[in-house]
Amino acid sequence: MHHNGSPRRADTSGPSSPSVKTADHMSGMVETGVETRTVGPLSFLVSRQTFWVFVAALVAFVSLSLATDTFATQQNLFNVTRNFAFVGIIALGMTAVIITGGIDLSVGSVLCLTGMVLGVVMNAGFSIWAGIAAVCVTALIIGAVNGVLIAYVGLPPFVATLGMLAIARSLAMVASGNRMIYDFGPDQGTLLAIGGGNTFGIANPVIVLAALALLTGYLFRWTQWGRHVFAIGGNEQAATLAGIPVRGIKVAVYMISALTAGVSGILEVGWLGAVTTNLGQSMELAVIAAAVIGGANLSGGVGTAFGAVIGAALIEIIRNSLLLLGVDAFWQGTFVGSFILLAVTFDRFRGWLLAD
Amino acid sequence: MPVLELADITKSFGAILALSNVSMTLERGEVVGLMGDNGAGKSTLVKIIAGNFPPTQGTITIDGRPITFYHPVEARRSGIEIVYQDLALCDNLTAAANVFLGRELRFGFGPFHLLDYGAMHRRASALFKELKSETRPRDLVRRMSGGQRQAVAIARTRLSDATILLLDEPTAAISVRQVTEVLNLIRRLRNQGLAIVLVSHRMPDVFSVADRIVVLRRGSKVADKKISDSSPEEVTGLITGAIERA
Repeated sequence: MHHNGSPRRADTSGPSSPSVKTADHMSGMVETGVETRTVGPLSFLVSRQTFWVFVAALVAFVSLSLATDTFATQQNLFNVTRNFAFVGIIALGMTAVIITGGIDLSVGSVLCLTGMVLGVVMNAGFSIWAGIAAVCVTALIIGAVNGVLIAYVGLPPFVATLGMLAIARSLAMVASGNRMIYDFGPDQGTLLAIGGGNTFGIANPVIVLAALALLTGYLFRWTQWGRHVFAIGGNEQAATLAGIPVRGIKVAVYMISALTAGVSGILEVGWLGAVTTNLGQSMELAVIAAAVIGGANLSGGVGTAFGAVIGAALIEIIRNSLLLLGVDAFWQGTFVGSFILLAVTFDRFRGWLLAD
Repeated sequence: MPVLELADITKSFGAILALSNVSMTLERGEVVGLMGDNGAGKSTLVKIIAGNFPPTQGTITIDGRPITFYHPVEARRSGIEIVYQDLALCDNLTAAANVFLGRELRFGFGPFHLLDYGAMHRRASALFKELKSETRPRDLVRRMSGGQRQAVAIARTRLSDATILLLDEPTAAISVRQVTEVLNLIRRLRNQGLAIVLVSHRMPDVFSVADRIVVLRRGSKVADKKISDSSPEEVTGLITGAIERA
């Protein structure tokens, strides 16, 4: 999707461990530590969806390895894991938003704006730390504006973040004069190493994704804050009556969502080695798809960190396999869109089953 | 001294006068049945006591101290617990999670506080046992029967040492056997010294547990008398307006 047509930097990764091992290892870790089991039997169903998506990803993986000799190469697996990391990181923030019963359509544009802010700051000769600080401040302000419009002004999340989708991308054009930035000043090497490099053969964005997934899972499962996020999605009125700071928590989840877009922006810019104003175009679709396919319920109250990661992985494997199988890239939207519809339909059926 | 005293409570929503000059008292170890037709102002009165909104006029006194609540949490801190008619539960959470909603038990040190699942499950389990409910702490509320949900909502009020318990239609949505359980529970709580306001449509329930009855009609109090001095026929007449005042 958004990676298409982007200039891909040659990978400088050395011998990398087969990425399937990486994925397995990660999921094992995340499953024990992170799965949100606040919800007894339902979480069984939810984790079952996560489980089936995981199986689907695995089946696709195995059949692709057998059907093509281009898929199961170290290089391709390295690419696949890194590519889904960008979507997966934001899907973690999106999952928090979706659990409260909201939606954040602005993440693709926020990724672009924060990438551009990073580019402009570093291009002006400032250090990467200044760039990262500027990205965080920008993302948190955008998220706070989204959150306040939704929690305090009472705009529907769809409307507030749709407005921000347009505003953030436009601001990215304003900030850069709509030109490409590829000179990142004195810290250029560091930035490219962070986004494009690897540690122990694992792409850096994948490591960031794993760390953030563990952190998100911890917040969801073990903190009072996480419990309250779920409560708001379950029954906002009840949460308010119980004295939960509903508005504050809503603002926080949109700030977190924007911040994950910022983190992903830094990594993606580091990988691409350039920022253009079409970075992250329609990425929100892939992110929402990842969260929903991973078991997050758009009507709120249900979702897991592990699901977001697995959902992102499945989408990228499908996307990658279509490329490798020689299917016209124009079809990708059809496939990803169908997967969203399938996941939501599945969710509907589950609702009916539970209602009986 | 009454634990709760309402004096000339008036509440209007825009042009609608929901309550007009309602005064009543509540003693420890007493169950007051609050009755009235739909729209008589029962729920409004209970919600004012529970801090959902302040009265337009009038004063609320708890243990002799006048208070004003702007949020249910403030009322809860003053020892007032309420079970709402719709129960206000989160379907996606477990029974224990709902019982402790907003009052989660945690353990930890410094800035790190983890949810104490063990302690919350044990405490919730003990509460359900005390309520003679078969609800288990890990059960999802979404999959519960009306009676089990009721037990969760009532268990929530038993977390703190409440002095006043407000029950809004606690027997409206549950089976006959469960009604008996809830009424027994109300008696036990009264015997422990709680002051209870029971809002109900069900005449038999009110006459079986209440010590006193207050009847509202169109926002005004039309009766406040001992249950032994009244009868279901009289109360029906008061509710409908066939009897003007008693």
